Amino acid sequence: MPTTLAEALEIQRDEDATPMAGGTDLLVHWPEQLELHDRDYLDLWGIDELRRIEWSDDTLELGALTTYWDVITDAKIGAAFPLLVDAARQIGAVQIQSRGTWAGNIANGSPAADGVPVLMAYGASVVIASHDKHRQVPLERFYAGYKEMDLAPDELIVAIRIPNRTYRHERFIKVGSRRAQAIAKVGAALVSNGSGWRVVASSVAPTIRRCPTIEAQISDGEPLSSPDDLLPAIRADVSPIDDLRSTAAYRERVMSRVLYYAIEEMSHR
Amino acid sequence: MDADANMPPMSRPPIEVPFTLNGMEVTVSIDPAERLLDTLRYRLGMTGSKEGCGEGECGACTVHVDDIPVNSCLIPTYQVRNAQVRTIESIDPSDVGALLSSGATQCGACTPGVVMTAVWVREHPELLETHTLRELMAGNLCRCTGYDGIIDGVRRSLDEGQP
Repeated sequence: MPTTLAEALEIQRDEDATPMAGGTDLLVHWPEQLELHDRDYLDLWGIDELRRIEWSDDTLELGALTTYWDVITDAKIGAAFPLLVDAARQIGAVQIQSRGTWAGNIANGSPAADGVPVLMAYGASVVIASHDKHRQVPLERFYAGYKEMDLAPDELIVAIRIPNRTYRHERFIKVGSRRAQAIAKVGAALVSNGSGWRVVASSVAPTIRRCPTIEAQISDGEPLSSPDDLLPAIRADVSPIDDLRSTAAYRERVMSRVLYYAIEEMSHR
Repeated sequence: MDADANMPPMSRPPIEVPFTLNGMEVTVSIDPAERLLDTLRYRLGMTGSKEGCGEGECGACTVHVDDIPVNSCLIPTYQVRNAQVRTIESIDPSDVGALLSSGATQCGACTPGVVMTAVWVREHPELLETHTLRELMAGNLCRCTGYDGIIDGVRRSLDEGQP
């Protein structure tokens, strides 16, 4: 149970251990997960240097143990990056928000994550360390496929860097079975600086991803006359599936509608 | 109580975890794979915290760790080393009158978690400047009464200064 990052990175180099932050994903249904009990875990929770939140002129850096609650209660982050707070407040409730971390949300790799789409819309990068080097990867290039990511066994996510830009329009949309305590069936994060849009979709593809076709259509294209105008671009960018939470047909249709009405409402402001 | 009677056999050498439980120093010798909820219930006899869903959704296992509500079913016990843990057993039963008289309890399974979240809100009234009571209580599911009785009871307890 390391207390410094240097110690943790040595353990990552030498042992086959699963990193654990707040445990909110790893411990789900723990009593039945017998094969997981015998694994080795690298407990990150005691490493205070990973709790730093630092501002510089051009970036906000969230240490890897920054929780959702840390962000919800940070007025400066709320003013600069309102979507971070919007998304965090829709992740579980305080019991999860107090333990769940942004970096853990990235490393868990769920296509239905709520923290990842807003970070990706804001152009965040993942800061990764191993015992002998540091590197940085844009979050939008971090995922290669379902739960496949650009992270070697000896590496840890140590921070998340978010460029400190201003946006004219920002919106996070989450459609779940109920308003609280739900996992997304369809999610989207949109930002615009006035000249172009960044659109990130969640729960509609094997990974959370940017949507270049949708972005091009709404940034430069003809004004939309109905939500169905977005369907071809949605089909080009994402590949929704039928699963336990929803169906592909529902997801595609709902995605077109939530995007259309969000864009319409924001453009009229 | 017979501390380990309900615990599965340990798969590896135990680890020692010291923490503060309801103001008292305790040290437990546990399986590294043990959850805080099981340590509380089966090693320490604190059976007020309940297991509902086991996946961090229902909040029946809510306790405070360092003054914030958490789901004790999702926390490995070693993560509370040197922390302050507070459970429903720390609450004086005479202090839950508003919940009882508002019809906020029926079967009672969710109630310990509800009370722990309500106590936290009462002790941090500034939260109500940014959050509604419903949002703060959203992590405690109840399958009996519906939520109006609970929200009314918690609101009355805030007004009256008791949980």
